[in-house]
Amino acid sequence: MSRLLVNKIFLALSVLSALIGLAFLAWILITLFIKGLGSFHFGLFLNDLIDGGLRNLIIGQFILAGLASIIGIPLGMAAGIYIQEYGRGRYANLIRDLSDIMMSAPSIVIGAFVYAVIVVPTGGTSGFAGAIALAIMMLPVVINTTDNMLSLVPRELREAGIALGASKYKVIIDIVIKAAKVGIMTGILLAFARIIGETAPLLFTSETSNYFSLDLTESFPSLTVSIYDLANEPEESSRDLAWAASFILTVLVLIINLSGRFITRNKK
Amino acid sequence: MPVLNIQKFSFTYPGVDHPSLQNINLPIKRNKITALIGPSGCGKSTLLRSMNRIHDLYPGNKYEGKIEFTDSDKNISDILDIKKENEFIELRQRIGMIFQKPTPFPMSIFDNVAYGLKIAGVKNKTELADRVEIALKGSALWKEVYDRLDKSAMGLSGGQQQRLCIARAVAVKPEVLLFDEPTSALDPISTGAIEELIVELKKDVSIAIVTHNMQQASRISDYTAFMYLGDLVEYDKTENIFLNPQEKKTEDYITGRFG
Repeated sequence: MSRLLVNKIFLALSVLSALIGLAFLAWILITLFIKGLGSFHFGLFLNDLIDGGLRNLIIGQFILAGLASIIGIPLGMAAGIYIQEYGRGRYANLIRDLSDIMMSAPSIVIGAFVYAVIVVPTGGTSGFAGAIALAIMMLPVVINTTDNMLSLVPRELREAGIALGASKYKVIIDIVIKAAKVGIMTGILLAFARIIGETAPLLFTSETSNYFSLDLTESFPSLTVSIYDLANEPEESSRDLAWAASFILTVLVLIINLSGRFITRNKK
Repeated sequence: MPVLNIQKFSFTYPGVDHPSLQNINLPIKRNKITALIGPSGCGKSTLLRSMNRIHDLYPGNKYEGKIEFTDSDKNISDILDIKKENEFIELRQRIGMIFQKPTPFPMSIFDNVAYGLKIAGVKNKTELADRVEIALKGSALWKEVYDRLDKSAMGLSGGQQQRLCIARAVAVKPEVLLFDEPTSALDPISTGAIEELIVELKKDVSIAIVTHNMQQASRISDYTAFMYLGDLVEYDKTENIFLNPQEKKTEDYITGRFG
């Protein structure tokens, strides 16, 4: 009797905590949708920030995240492959531990690091510095997923490749990575979704720009940094624009996240 | 001349003092089926995995003795002398292996069978297609898959996957095939099909098979080796092992007194 009671109380508490969590999430999303949709219009996609639009910022954010992916994905995958397939003992474990620590490193610290190592020596903020900061954010996630997904590939599959006369690197490229492809792709998408919404690593590295720009050696337009700036402006119109930008960013991240889940579900 | 002649062979896994196999002397005869039987942990899989040096995927193993390989041109070489990558590739193309669990690669049925051929350097498209077809026919799978060669191999049933793995191994025309409990993950009907196929294959290749299933050994093999705790206890024609074993241990095992 008392066990049943405890069970019921426990269930009620779990449901309550879940509801509280969900309520906050809903609150954030609803506020964002109301405020964001109120200021949203398609002209935002046609004009740059200097003319009251967001076009240069959205494109700039994608260029920064895209460049970060070009740097971070191959490096991260290579490190993950090394840890899982080649590394043995201490070295591999050291890299794995470092990557785990990096995963929880505060993003502002990574921004400060890139500021010290790249922005100061090169004499100013630049798109490159921003992309590198984002790549560093991305690296541990990609390393971790690659490592984990490769570890799920059964040993027998590698042996079967070797037993047909394939060399180790061929087995990894032709068979092991293919077998882990879906998991790795999902991880990469989630890593991309993470960096596209980052502000802190860009704050002192790429900064932002009111103008459309493809010049990565100068301050570079960034949606997230501009949201931060706009939200601090005194005028109502700037703050409305910040809401609209936040709304667009959230929808983008949501789409990327959901497509990650969609891929996993359909390819399993 | 046996195709493989294992002489005074010992094997030690890394980090272990005691050898897992000691002083094994065993011939694998040409175009015959040799079954390796014995209780779990007796070293039968370890011995089989030494014959294509698949152990070398993991470093630190110690081999002693000889495994002489006499190829179809009567050239004799010692498998344990192999050190170079290209020699390993050649060895594994000549001595194929089929595993306990089916191991289809995550690619199409055609590409699975063509994989070893491509590694062996076959580039010509028609030749590839011909040899894939021959291999699939040779493993009694062609009729079931000829109309979906471009579909993923992961969609086949367990028994079909195992026959695909046999086709993949047969495609490169090996001289020896090593089977490591090939039917232990399959249902009785698939097992029957695989056993028939193995018997069929001995026309072209020499076969060594590790099995837990004594009925299987007696059904398909010509010779049987009984192993126990890293030793080869008895080796003879299969009928002698099962009807008239010389060693007490062999008799106890095949009559089910332990195992």
